[in-house]
Amino acid sequence: MHIMEGFLPGPWWQFWFVVSIPVILYGIYKLNKLITEKREILPLLAVAGAYIFVLSSLKLPSVTGSCSHPTGTGMAAILFGPAISAVLGVIVLLYQALFLAHGGFTTLGANVFSMGIAGPVVAYIIFKVGMRLNLNFYITVFLATALADWATYVITSLELALAFPAQTGGVLVSFKAFAAIFALTQIPLAIMEGAITALIFKYVIQVKSDVLVKLEVINEKTIHKIKELWV
Amino acid sequence: MKGELIVAAIILVFVAQFLYISSSTDAEFGGADGQAEGVIEELTGGAYEPIADPIWEPPSGEIESLLFALQAAIGALIIGYFFGYYRGKNQST
Repeated sequence: MHIMEGFLPGPWWQFWFVVSIPVILYGIYKLNKLITEKREILPLLAVAGAYIFVLSSLKLPSVTGSCSHPTGTGMAAILFGPAISAVLGVIVLLYQALFLAHGGFTTLGANVFSMGIAGPVVAYIIFKVGMRLNLNFYITVFLATALADWATYVITSLELALAFPAQTGGVLVSFKAFAAIFALTQIPLAIMEGAITALIFKYVIQVKSDVLVKLEVINEKTIHKIKELWV
Repeated sequence: MKGELIVAAIILVFVAQFLYISSSTDAEFGGADGQAEGVIEELTGGAYEPIADPIWEPPSGEIESLLFALQAAIGALIIGYFFGYYRGKNQST
């Protein structure tokens, strides 16, 4: 869940805008460059954006007896890196803020930071490390996207805790209170997101593995290995 | 098929936990953000006033679910279109 409209007092909502805007601008720059240099990636870019659209619209029930939704930004992060994921995240967050009163405009900076930047950075790092360590490709995708989803909500808890420190105990006590809701609810949803994203990657490799090579997500050798193992 | 089976198993476990929780407890399955609002109230002693209100809110639950469904449909359409496009292209070459 995104932080609701009006629920971040100053200076925090301004602070998160200041943090997020440079990343978004850099993302737009990278996006333009990518589109002009490698036009053939456009469909995959649309799929990554659409994936965020679908996943962040699905409010799923969790073991905690409450509902929350996955983010879908981990897939974009693996394919295009965190900066471009931030731009895609902005589109979805604007749709939800404008039409659904879900999230908001004053909290947009904070929500972009948690869902479009922090989560994708986690996905990107885990994916790159996993690939370097020669872990199984699908397990790496699972870990990267599940933990990105989860990290988004841990960061949301932190953003709220910083803005609303407890009278006794301060930020740490509030963080625990918010994390008890967000981070806990999110665990089963993060596992689902990781599993489904891994499956989507299987299909991408089946139909269009050359684009993944071009984006330097994965090399030819790994693709051959995967295709032999998972038919 | 291995991948699909693993994901199907995970989804089954997910559905099973939902059925179990929803039938064994009286959990409301409200949004986590609503609960967070409760925590904010507790932390500030109910003194916090939101600094802004949404400029527009869906007038009813029906309209809200319409717009959420629309969001999912737009996304699913794009994903399906391009996967189908690539698959067809691969077969014709």
